[in-house]
This record gives sequence, C-alpha cells and structure tokens, in this order.
Amino acid sequence: MKIIGLIISVLTGAMLVYAAADFPAWSDPSSPASTYLSPHFIEKTMEETSVPNIVTAVLADYRSFDTMFETAVIFSAGLVCFFLLRTTRRKESETETTHYRHTLTGVTIQIKEGHTLPPSDEFERIDSLWTPSGLIIKTSCRLLVPFIQLFGLYVIAHGHYSPGGGFQGGVILGASIIMLAISYDLRTIIERISEKMVAVLCAVGVLIFSGTGALCLLLGVNFLDYNALAPILLVDPLTARSHAILIVEIGVGVAVMTTMIWLYCNLSSAGKYNQGL
Amino acid sequence: MSQQYPALLVVVPLLSAMIISIAGWVNKRWCFPIAVAALGVAACSSVGLLLQVLDQGKVIYLMGGWPPPMGIAYYIDHLNGLVLPVVSIVALLNLIAAKKSIEQQFPDKIGPFYSLYVLMVAGLLGIVATGDAFNLYVLLEIAALTGYGLLAMGEERAPLATLNYLYMGTIGACFYLLGVGYLYIVTGSLNMVDIAGILPDLYQSKAVLAAFIICMVGVWLKMAFFPLHAWLPNAYTYASSAATGLIAPLVTKVMIYVMIRLMLTVFTPAFVFSFLNVSDAIVWLAVIAIVTGGVLALAERDLKKMLAYIIVAEVGYMVGGAWLGNRDGMTGAILHIVNDALMTLCVFLVVGNIVYKVKSYAFENLQGLFRKMPFTMGAFVIGAMSIIGVPPTCGFFSKWYLITGAIAAGHYAFMAALLFSSLVSVVLFFRVFEICFHEPFSDNHGHDHHSEAMDEAPLSMLVPLLIVAATLIVVGLYTGVIVNQIIQFAIPASLV
Amino acid sequence: MTDLVSTIIAKYNYWIYITLMMIGLYAMIAKNNLIKKIVGMSMFQTAIILFYVSIGVKKGATIPILEYSHGHGHDTQLVVHAADYVNPLPHVLMLTAIVVGVATLGVALALSIRIYDRYNTLEEDEILTQIREEK
Repeated sequence: MKIIGLIISVLTGAMLVYAAADFPAWSDPSSPASTYLSPHFIEKTMEETSVPNIVTAVLADYRSFDTMFETAVIFSAGLVCFFLLRTTRRKESETETTHYRHTLTGVTIQIKEGHTLPPSDEFERIDSLWTPSGLIIKTSCRLLVPFIQLFGLYVIAHGHYSPGGGFQGGVILGASIIMLAISYDLRTIIERISEKMVAVLCAVGVLIFSGTGALCLLLGVNFLDYNALAPILLVDPLTARSHAILIVEIGVGVAVMTTMIWLYCNLSSAGKYNQGL
Repeated sequence: MSQQYPALLVVVPLLSAMIISIAGWVNKRWCFPIAVAALGVAACSSVGLLLQVLDQGKVIYLMGGWPPPMGIAYYIDHLNGLVLPVVSIVALLNLIAAKKSIEQQFPDKIGPFYSLYVLMVAGLLGIVATGDAFNLYVLLEIAALTGYGLLAMGEERAPLATLNYLYMGTIGACFYLLGVGYLYIVTGSLNMVDIAGILPDLYQSKAVLAAFIICMVGVWLKMAFFPLHAWLPNAYTYASSAATGLIAPLVTKVMIYVMIRLMLTVFTPAFVFSFLNVSDAIVWLAVIAIVTGGVLALAERDLKKMLAYIIVAEVGYMVGGAWLGNRDGMTGAILHIVNDALMTLCVFLVVGNIVYKVKSYAFENLQGLFRKMPFTMGAFVIGAMSIIGVPPTCGFFSKWYLITGAIAAGHYAFMAALLFSSLVSVVLFFRVFEICFHEPFSDNHGHDHHSEAMDEAPLSMLVPLLIVAATLIVVGLYTGVIVNQIIQFAIPASLV
Repeated sequence: MTDLVSTIIAKYNYWIYITLMMIGLYAMIAKNNLIKKIVGMSMFQTAIILFYVSIGVKKGATIPILEYSHGHGHDTQLVVHAADYVNPLPHVLMLTAIVVGVATLGVALALSIRIYDRYNTLEEDEILTQIREEK
C-alpha cells in the first residue's frame, strides 16, 4: 500500500507540476484571475451593495447562494454527528448508578437505582469519570468568557467594515462556550443551553438566511435579491442590500455558533453527554 | 410563480429540511408530511421546468438577480431538464416507500433522518440545476455529507465502509475543486457557460488539460468508475434500505450527469473528442469496468452486494457511452441515466421490502419469496428484465443506443462488453429467481400451514414499487418521444 | 539556468501547495491508522485552500476592504482602482472550502468514534482481521 500510495502521489504531483508551467507567476497583477472578474467586484461593490468590505459583499450578496449552502453544510455536519453518535437509550450499566458530589466537602457519593439522595441542595450531579478542575482555570475562563463573546458579536456586526462576518464571529462565540465546557464540565453547559435549544437554534440560523432569500422570492423578485426588502426595512434599495447582508450574517453566526457547540458536545462525549475528554 | 421554478426546486427542500429538524424536537409526526410536501413541490417544479424548457428552450435563473459571471445562475436546458424530474421523483417515491422501515429502524431519530434525506435531495437537485462550477462543489459536499450520515446508520460494518467512502469522496470532491481552481486561474471565471466561451483560445494550455484530467478523476471517484470503485459495494450494502434506496439510484447517476455536463458544456466536444485523443482509452476502461462489475457480482452471495456490483457495471455503460464520441453513444448514456435511476430504484425498493419482511438479504434466506411476496417479486422480475435489457422495458432501449453508438464508433469491444454484461445479468437474476421459487426446507413434516400464507409488504411500500415497475415499461414505450423531443436537443450539434 | 531558477522562484506558491497536497494524499492512501488518514485529508484540503488564496495575491495591493469609507455612506463618490486591492473572489471561495473542511472533519471523527466503539482499535489492518475472524 505504501508503494502504491507513493507512486500515485508522485505521479499526481508530477502532473500538477507539469501543469503549473502554464500558470501566471505568483502575485502577477495581469493574471486572468486578477483581470477578468475581480475588477468588477472591487470597483462596483460600493455602488451596488454599499459595503466596503468586498469579501463580505461577494460572500453575502453576489455569491450569497453559495454561502447559504455553506451554512447548510455546517448544519448538516452538526446533524450528522448527532444522528450518528447520540445515544438516546442508555446502556443498562449506566442507569444503575448515578454519582453526586457534596459541593462543600468534595465527597463523592454513589447512588444505586431506587435509592434517593439525602434531602439537601448541596449535592451536584457529576459523572463517574469527572475530575474537578482547578480554581484558577475555572475563574480565569469565567472572567474571559464575556470579553470573548463581546468580541464575537463585534466581529459579526462589524463584518461590513473590517475583516469578519458571521462565520468568524460564530466560531468565536462557539469557542467561548466550548471553553466553558472544558474548564467546568459538559453538564454545566447543558444546563445553560439545552441540547434541544442548540439543535433548534442551529436550524433557525440557516432558516434566517434562506428565509430572507425566500422572502425576496415571495415579494416577487428572484431568490436572494435583497432589493425587494427595501419597503420592509424602510430604507432605499441600496441600503437594503447592506442591511440584508447583516441579517444573513447574523443567521450564519447563530448557525455556526450552535453547530460548534453541538459538534463539541457530541464528539467529546461520544454522544453520551456525560463528561467527555 | 412559474419563473421561480428553478429557485423553488432547491429552496423548498432546503427550508423544509430545517423545519423538519425543528419539528423533530417538537412533534415527530410532522416530519414525514413536511418531507413529502417538500419533495412534492420539488417534483412539481422540476416537471414544470421540463415543460418550460420544451416550450421555450433554455431557462436561466439569476440568483440574487446578479447577472453571470458576477453572480450565480441556474441554467436549465434539455439535459438537466430531463434529469431533474427523475431525481426528484425517485427521491419522492423512495421516501414514501421507506417510511415504515425508517420508523422501524430509527424510532428515536426520525427528525434527523428526514432532515438529512431532504437536504441531500436539495443538494442533488442543485448539482443538476446549477450553472456555476464552484456552486456545484458546494452542493456536491452537501449531498456527500448528508449521504455519509445516511449510509453510516446501518449494520455494524456501515461506519467503516462509510469512512472509506468519506476518504474517497473527499479526494474526489477536492480534485474537482482543484480542477475548478485551475480553470479559474486561466480564465478568471467560475460560470460554466462563461468558461466555455473563454476556453477555445486556451486549448493548447497545459493547465486546461490538467484541469480537465483532475475534474474527470474527481468525478470518476465520486461515481465509482473502475478502478476507483472500491468504496461503493460495502458502503451501499451495509446501509439501511431507506438510505440505499435514495443513494444507490441517484448519486452515481447525478455524477455521470456532472461528467457529461463538463464534457458537453464546459470543455465542449471540440476539446474533449477532437483535441484530446483519449476517448479510446477511456472506453476501454469502461469495458473493463463492465466486465469486472459483472464478474464480481457473480461471486457475491447476497442480493444487495450483487446489486451494488451491478451499479459498478452500469457506471461503465454510461461512461463508455459518453466517451464513444458520437451522437448515438451520448444519447444512450443520457437515456441510461434516466433508465438506470429508475431500475436501480426498482430493485433496491424490492430489497427494502424483502429486508422489511425477511430481515435479511442473503441468498439462502430468500427461498419461497415468490409465493410469500408475489407483488414484490413481480416488480423484481420487471426490474431485472430492464437491467438485463429485455424489450419493452426501458433498459433495452438505452442499451440499444449504446450498442448502435459502439458500432458507429467501431468500438466492438464495448459492444461485446455490453452483450457480455447482459448475459451475466441473465445468469445473476435467474439464479436469484430460482432460489426465490424454491420452497424453504421445512423441519415440521406435513403440517406447515403458517408458511402457506402470503406475507406481502405493507401497501405504503408496495404502491411506490409497483409505480416504479410500471414506469419502467412506460418509459420504455415512450423512449422515442424522450429521445426525439428532449435528448436530441441536449447534445450540441457539433457532436455527430 | 538562471531562467529556470527564476521560473521556480516566481511560482514557488505552486510548488509548496503541490508538495503539501501530495503529502496529504500519500498519508490518506498509505497510512494504516484511520485518524492519520483524517489528518492527511485535512492537509489535502488545506493545500487546496493555500493554492486558491495564492491566486488572489497581487503585487502592491492591499486587503480587499475599501478605504476612506467609514461613516461616509454610499453617497460619497470614491474612486477605486482595481490594482490597489487583491482579488476578493478566492477568499470568498475558500471561506466555503474551510467550512466544508471543518464539516467533513467533524463527520469523519464521528464515524471513527463509532468504529472505535465497535472494534476498540483504529488500526485498519486490525479491524479487517477482526471482521475476517467474525465471518
């Protein structure tokens, strides 16, 4: 297998090297890629969409149809992981015992099925493989999370004027919550954002994007032609494009954030939603 | 609304997939009706589109209102006008037929299953409809990812088989993406029609040649063309019958459509057949594919894997036909996309019914099926006849065109391979029929009254199957109309 | 000779991406461990991203965000020269490819978790031996 792999790789590589002979040199301003379509995007974006960040404009307007499916790709990844891994019925060995920790003393107790916990609020449910994480890690993560989330929101909202947008911001927001999941445990996260909420929000994110497009379609123009939204957004058609881009970016942000959390929860715990890693 | 068909075709399934996913968390009973409605709308729009194309020729739809090459446009012509209804109707019929087995197999995960199913159909329809080379890649990945999910939920070996498919599928998709990148670097455009307009000046360029080779290899990987077929049999065999019923008829066929689209629209026959001198070699590969597919199918001892190897052989038919480089061969290949999708659906629905009732598809467990499930087996006979190529089933006519094309091109080996494959199919299917006619050997001598009873699959599984079986004959009878009214216009006049 | 050297230097981006991509392809075909194959797959995809992004580069150009437009709105007439900004299209396309890469990676890992649950190993030959023994 190794030799076959080597032969295939070398042959493919040789063909690619051969073909590269006809390519324009690196950073050549007169290459077809730089002279055919891109000047239009660079020069006309401002007057056609009123968004200074050309990448955002092309992403969410000229080629918004691609981006919509891109969001659907990330959604389907989350859904596939859930579909493949999530175990809804627990194995019998797992239902028998549950573990609780006395928060003040740190004593862990094991409760067999049919027995009840001593009546007290001082017990929290934990997983048998759970190890308490350090105070420093917990506190510093907790302090950082609001700032990370604020930055994530900024990246989404400021995508028109600076590098950023729904995907980047969504990943940052998702990372902030995953960080919490790592420093505390998975259960803490599920208490704050339930699995159902994550799954529904993920679909809602994609719905915001495609729904915006479908709204244009219902208003009598082509799919994703944001001009039609001007009467609804109470602005002129040109600004409507810019606003609609923000709306779809928010949809993307929601979808990406929740998918990241969904993927993490399913992958790290192999679908059992107990403490992973 | 009729101008919006191209958008509805893809967008309604996409929106519905999201709604189904949400509905799965609220009330599972809503999932199935929404899925059927979504695919129903898609099927209606695709038929409407076909009528529009027949009426007024090419339909162009600008996404977001941006004219190409700036924006993404959908071009519906006679070629994809024909393939779109096939994809949507096959998906719809299989969905209805698979309802019971889905509920039986995934009681907890009905919502995600339907959502993935509908999303995959949206991806496949998008691949067929799009006129943008990069958009095609995105849709390809949608169809692929959802497909991995659907295929992996099956028997014990399904995840491993699917992971292998994922490796191969990713290499295939990445090769396609790289090929598009090569085209972009030399033309600066991503729109298929636009690229085709720029390319003629660049035919001498090594980059265009490399782009063509990479794209083709990528697409071949995805369609399991010999010798890149290794992932297919296992992936299809171990999956659930609901998933194979969608994926086996459609994915390979849609990829063949992509290959023909690249050959006819993007690179144009002038480049593919006149400038390059490789068609002979590829037809030879197709010959090997047909023969190996047939021989490997003979070696199998279970029905599903045997059918999976037949798909490998059928892919050889279509690739070979398309590369013969003449009109008859191309007509046969395009007609075979339609016919093969229908007949593969037919036989896999039969497998679905058998698995639902017998819980197995190994040969030794198929005994006595003709008495137990007469309607299912009746449909199986029609499907088998079509795969063998017996008139008046549709399989005969596409094979006829392929053989005519092979003779016109003077490629007798391909003709011989087609005939050999028919012969192998006869052996394969009559072996199965024989087993199914045999009564199971019973231990309780004399009084086995319980096995006398007919034990047919439920109506919701049977009706779609019988519709498909009837369609096989109807399509066969209307082959002339399909060829003269549609396929004839799908092939550029430069290809004679 | 200097001609050849200058060609090699002028197109070094292509040589790098081809090398990386072939390492990835080799890993995917030749490695025995399923996770190593997934790593190879990621390298393969990333190499293509590198290739696309390198197409977009233009000498003397800056990032594709128009300057002097903060707060002015669209009524200000600004003159934009295409030569001043790099090609935005490859960046857009690669955002899609990155997302696809992440999605594929997620699905591949989910599948390997399922496989590990079943066979307790991720070495391909060991899994195949187990399958053969079951038969």
